[in-house]
Amino acid sequence: MKLTKTLLASTALTVAAGAAFAESHMASDMTLVSWGGAYQSSQQKAYVEPYQAANEGVNVVWDESSAEAVAKLRAMNEAGNITWDLVDVVASDAIRLCDEGLAMEIDADEVLADGDDGSKASDDFGDLLVSDCFIPQIVYSTTFGYRTDMVGDTPPTSVCAVFDTETYPGKRALEKRPINNMEWALLCDGVAKDEVYDVLETAEGQDRALAKLDTIKDDVIWWSAGADTPQLLADGEIVMGSTYNGRLFSVIEEQDQPVAMLWDAQVFDLDGWIIPAGLSEERLARVKDFVKFATDTQRLADQAKYISYGPARASSAPLVGQHAELGIDMAPHMPTDPNNATNTFLYNYEFWADYRDDIDAKFQAWLAQ
Amino acid sequence: MAETNAGPMLAADGTPLKKSLARALRRQKLRALMLIAPLLIFVLVTFVIPIGDMLLRSVKNDIVADTLPATVEVLGDWDHDAQELPGDDVWTAFYVDMWFAAERKEHTRLGTRLNYELTGVSSLFRKTGRRVDRFDTDIYADQFVALNPEWEAPQTFAAMLDGPAADELPLTADAWARWKEFNVEEGDAVLEEDVPDFVYTALHYELSQGAEVTGASERLRAAAAAVGEFETVSLRDQFADADEDWLDPEVWKTIQLYSPRVTPGYFANAADMQVTPEGLESRPENQQIYGVLFKRTLFMSLVITGSCILLGYPVAWLLANLPMRVANLLMILVLLPFWTSLLVRTSAWKVMLQQQGVVNDVLVWLGLVADDARLTMINNQFGTIVAMTHILLPFMILPMYSVMQTIPPSYLRAAKSLGATNWTAFWRVYFPQSVPGIGAGSILVFILAIGYYITPEIVGGNTGTFISNRIAYHISSSLNWGLAAALGTILLVVVLVLYWAYDRIVGIDNVKLG
Repeated sequence: MKLTKTLLASTALTVAAGAAFAESHMASDMTLVSWGGAYQSSQQKAYVEPYQAANEGVNVVWDESSAEAVAKLRAMNEAGNITWDLVDVVASDAIRLCDEGLAMEIDADEVLADGDDGSKASDDFGDLLVSDCFIPQIVYSTTFGYRTDMVGDTPPTSVCAVFDTETYPGKRALEKRPINNMEWALLCDGVAKDEVYDVLETAEGQDRALAKLDTIKDDVIWWSAGADTPQLLADGEIVMGSTYNGRLFSVIEEQDQPVAMLWDAQVFDLDGWIIPAGLSEERLARVKDFVKFATDTQRLADQAKYISYGPARASSAPLVGQHAELGIDMAPHMPTDPNNATNTFLYNYEFWADYRDDIDAKFQAWLAQ
Repeated sequence: MAETNAGPMLAADGTPLKKSLARALRRQKLRALMLIAPLLIFVLVTFVIPIGDMLLRSVKNDIVADTLPATVEVLGDWDHDAQELPGDDVWTAFYVDMWFAAERKEHTRLGTRLNYELTGVSSLFRKTGRRVDRFDTDIYADQFVALNPEWEAPQTFAAMLDGPAADELPLTADAWARWKEFNVEEGDAVLEEDVPDFVYTALHYELSQGAEVTGASERLRAAAAAVGEFETVSLRDQFADADEDWLDPEVWKTIQLYSPRVTPGYFANAADMQVTPEGLESRPENQQIYGVLFKRTLFMSLVITGSCILLGYPVAWLLANLPMRVANLLMILVLLPFWTSLLVRTSAWKVMLQQQGVVNDVLVWLGLVADDARLTMINNQFGTIVAMTHILLPFMILPMYSVMQTIPPSYLRAAKSLGATNWTAFWRVYFPQSVPGIGAGSILVFILAIGYYITPEIVGGNTGTFISNRIAYHISSSLNWGLAAALGTILLVVVLVLYWAYDRIVGIDNVKLG
């Protein structure tokens, strides 16, 4: 009698627990990794808050570690303890994480929502799916901003103004790494746009790019944080400088500084999510649910209300509206806007995956001389 | 007398005194050890072991031998000087290795590793990994099966390769053993899976090389006799088709050179050299950077230590000699920067020193500097030295202060009463007694400075960065942890050598923190 009771009770318990498990087969906590600042808050407002409103009890923790995401994920993987659920990285890092087996490969059509216009996810994102692990969010560009009060009557229209210290005297800010700078140097040294990477493959081409950079070496302030150039521009330390277009938008429109955009030869790059490899089933289920929501057509278009980066889906572009606070149209501030994208440059991921170590060594040696 | 001297001295219980004493002492030592055990274990687990593990990475190179075990074995015999590509033995072994590496997604990791040594290997492995399971090697399976349908059954291979033929067909047996292991990992039963193409390829290769199979089964002997007639596919062409860089002997040289599990490559790189088949060579001049950075780091750390001494000594003297109340107020001023974030202090210097900054504005206003010739004081060595001196100053002042406090003022008074001038009294009496404080402060400041990272990164520009900035770059950006570990090891050794030299010259006993 007693035994039957115990058995019955324990069976009931098991069934109840099973039901509860089925209901909450998705973890309720998520750790998202991003860049902090205005970009992360645009993600918070456009994706996370609507998601939490629709799914009560989901807890989101942000970790502002995107800049060191690859190194930290590698360390987590070696320690066998992955604490992140979804990581925001630039496309080149996504490729490396995929290479290292640290990011999960996904089938875009299965994991991501179809576009609002009915297109398949793989068509909607198109070429921007640069890696099997990468879930694109935005297109951003690295481009130049200049002080309108320091360039006289002839505001620069070409990226080569950076190398023209006679017409535009003063310091310029460039990122302290070879990527982008080498390409711009070659472009302004007379190399055709579609030959840049062929030239840069050779030792002579690399020397040529460095020789071009050498002509302005004394006039350059090298930045390593995205906030440097906006600060230097605002303080009038530099006449022009490269940075991410969203940072410049904030200097120009939100802080009202005498700065203008130089869209010429802007370098497109992508930023998006990767799911770390080796998540438990519950966590993976939650992340997939979130990612499907956060990268649908409407959500990506919503993000452009808060920051001037272009949505990665083709179907989101027509839905881009006005800035949430300033009320200005965001479309003309997108790097992908036809007026801005008359002369653009596409970052070659494969090239830099191969040549990064080699050219970086040369670049740093040149800098240290 | 002679008899008692002959044997060892005995304790009361008959054991030799020496042993008995040692035992008693051992117990005491153990007890002492147990007292410090918590700290010892803590330091070991959280400090010594992780750092040791990190430093070991500077020579560890398991990845090549682990990912390409069969290739590494046969490639050892390849003559890299002949400028000729490796033979079919290497291609076949490499095919087997690459198949497994691609399935396990290890090939891209290996590509990243070898790309540090030879540019372009990264995409070479990535591209090949996508192709390697679509090679045209399926013709071997077809031909074996056409010869005898039993070749289709995995049981045939299991019976053959788990049995006596394994010794004659080492590569095939190895491929089969790894295939079995792979199926266990995947949770599949090897006897229910189709025999993969690379096993047929390896078998074909070994049979066509005239493997001794006389004692083996009829089936195998028939196959051995027939392989000469088989249609073949060149693995070399298959790889070249995936990426023509496989025809570059440099790629194979690099793989061969980095096959051993221990490599001097990272240290060579850290010393601006590179490993070649002929030995160490220095890198091309336009890639040499670490020597410059090491020298600069040492030089600037010395300058920073020196300026800390110059600025800190008078302050410490004031602190030690002023009345208590004023000294306490000053002390708060010294400690105040300690309570401010490092980033804030560094950024403040940026605001102060930049060309449109406070200092330049004042100088221009005073007319000392022309408006169009503002001084460059930041994003260079000068800025780094200023900012770091400011940040590290408290580490110099505090030990100096605590030493100076212990110097009795009566000594100075005595010297003066005996006729010494102020200067002589200070230089001959006071200063020598304050040297231990300078020593302690200098060691603290110098060792902190040499590993400083964030301040040089922010205000260093291109002439003020330290070696630690490159270490950080290799840890977090390039992921070349081996090189970062080698650079770190060198930095550690340099510090230890300097410490040793300091001990020999000044004497570490003369260093006092109070």
